[in-house]
Amino acid sequence: MSVVPDAARPTVARGFRLQWEPAQQAHVLLYPEGMVKLNDSAGQILSRCDGRRTVTEIVADLEHTYRTSGLADDVRTFIAFALEKQWLELDREAQLDPLCDTARNPP
Amino acid sequence: MSTNPPGPPLWLLLELTYRCPLHCVFCYNPVEMARAEQELSTEEWVRVLREARALGAVQLGLSGGEPLTRDDLEEIVAQAHALGYYTNLITSGIGLNERRIAALKRAGLDHIQLSFQDSTREMNDFLSSTRTFELKSKVAALIKQHGYPMVLNVVLHRMNIDHVEQILEMAEAFGAEYVELANTQFYGWAWLNRERLMPSRAQVERAEAVTQRFRERVGERMRIFFVVPDYFERRPKACMNGLGSVFLTVAPDGTAMPCHAARILPGLDLPNVRDASIEWIWRDSPGFNRFRGDEWMKEPCRSCPERHRDFGGCRCQAYLLTGDAANADPVCDLSPHHHLVTEAVARADARDRQAPVEERPLIFRDHRRAAAPPAAAET
Ligand code: SF4
Repeated sequence: MSVVPDAARPTVARGFRLQWEPAQQAHVLLYPEGMVKLNDSAGQILSRCDGRRTVTEIVADLEHTYRTSGLADDVRTFIAFALEKQWLELDREAQLDPLCDTARNPP
Repeated sequence: MSTNPPGPPLWLLLELTYRCPLHCVFCYNPVEMARAEQELSTEEWVRVLREARALGAVQLGLSGGEPLTRDDLEEIVAQAHALGYYTNLITSGIGLNERRIAALKRAGLDHIQLSFQDSTREMNDFLSSTRTFELKSKVAALIKQHGYPMVLNVVLHRMNIDHVEQILEMAEAFGAEYVELANTQFYGWAWLNRERLMPSRAQVERAEAVTQRFRERVGERMRIFFVVPDYFERRPKACMNGLGSVFLTVAPDGTAMPCHAARILPGLDLPNVRDASIEWIWRDSPGFNRFRGDEWMKEPCRSCPERHRDFGGCRCQAYLLTGDAANADPVCDLSPHHHLVTEAVARADARDRQAPVEERPLIFRDHRRAAAPPAAAET
């Protein structure tokens, strides 16, 4: 699984839609002729992937909401998984320039 | 009545109209089309959408016939979108022009599936005439221009399956990103023509090999799904995930069905959305409860450890082949009727070696014939 740049702004991929379903008491991800029912933490992470917030901001927001710390690894792992599944895509800049994260945060 | 309340009808399929510019030999629309003259109004469809959504329906299929023959399609899509449905249009593309696709996009349409519904007429035209090919290409270009993935669905059978390579090349030429090669399911018209439409095992194997070679060449650019006809399997498909579990179909005349072919099942009391609420239809109507759970099953399904995996297969196929919808789908090799399936395949294989003169004439879907419905058990 590839490493997700902290400065990337993931967003729900084209053709997918994320919404809260009262009948299922869950967030679901809708795509052509199909649906994924998300568990609570997946729903919380994906609903913050709006193309505006960076991965760092998503982590901070979740830690704030749940009054906890140390979520970064879990969030990054899930975002990488969702990118691989093509549920999420990265903002154009990050997508076009695979080196951008190194450029922004030199090792 | 079922003891456990059913989950939501996650999948709602609205067959908006039986009107269709094509006359396909394997269309699953009811053979008794004469009964389907009276289509629901816009308001009635919107009520269905609202009530089903309240029960938790979330995926919406809009099909027909050709749904574009309804000039309120855009309005229905807009209402569905506002209610929170993910909207899928299943169309032959006939009638799709710049003005309508732009309006559908504005209305919030999420997805378009372009279907190839004919072999003998549309497919032959497609394979032989540049005009038909250009028409389809134009529609494909429109779909892509409006930011939709280009998804093509082609129904295969005995008479076109040998052209799979050509079909795939043409799909590639107009930039299809997903292609589903689905073998005919034998209901409705296709059932009447089963002997003519059933491919031989050799044909299926050749087509699969061609598809595999094509996949290797085009890679990720075009994803190809090849659905093997279930007559060639030893276990049935989990048809509709079990009747009454997630699917709700409404026919143009308002008949609500747990599967789009359920009308052929004798004695199944199908409710109509004109007479009852979607909630009653889904939860309480006898038609939707008849094949829920496993109480209705007969042996060998009744005591089979796999009964919650495939739900005994397809009720329509069980009825058409054995005369009893509660029997195991004869595709299953545990069914005492399995020989009916293997014999049909053997006949298809034998026909590879026969002179074509002995074949039965094809029955086209045609309003004139629909007046005299043939018996379901006729072969
Ligand atoms: S016997 Fe019935 S339940 Fe068991 S595998 Fe066959 S069709 Fe499915």
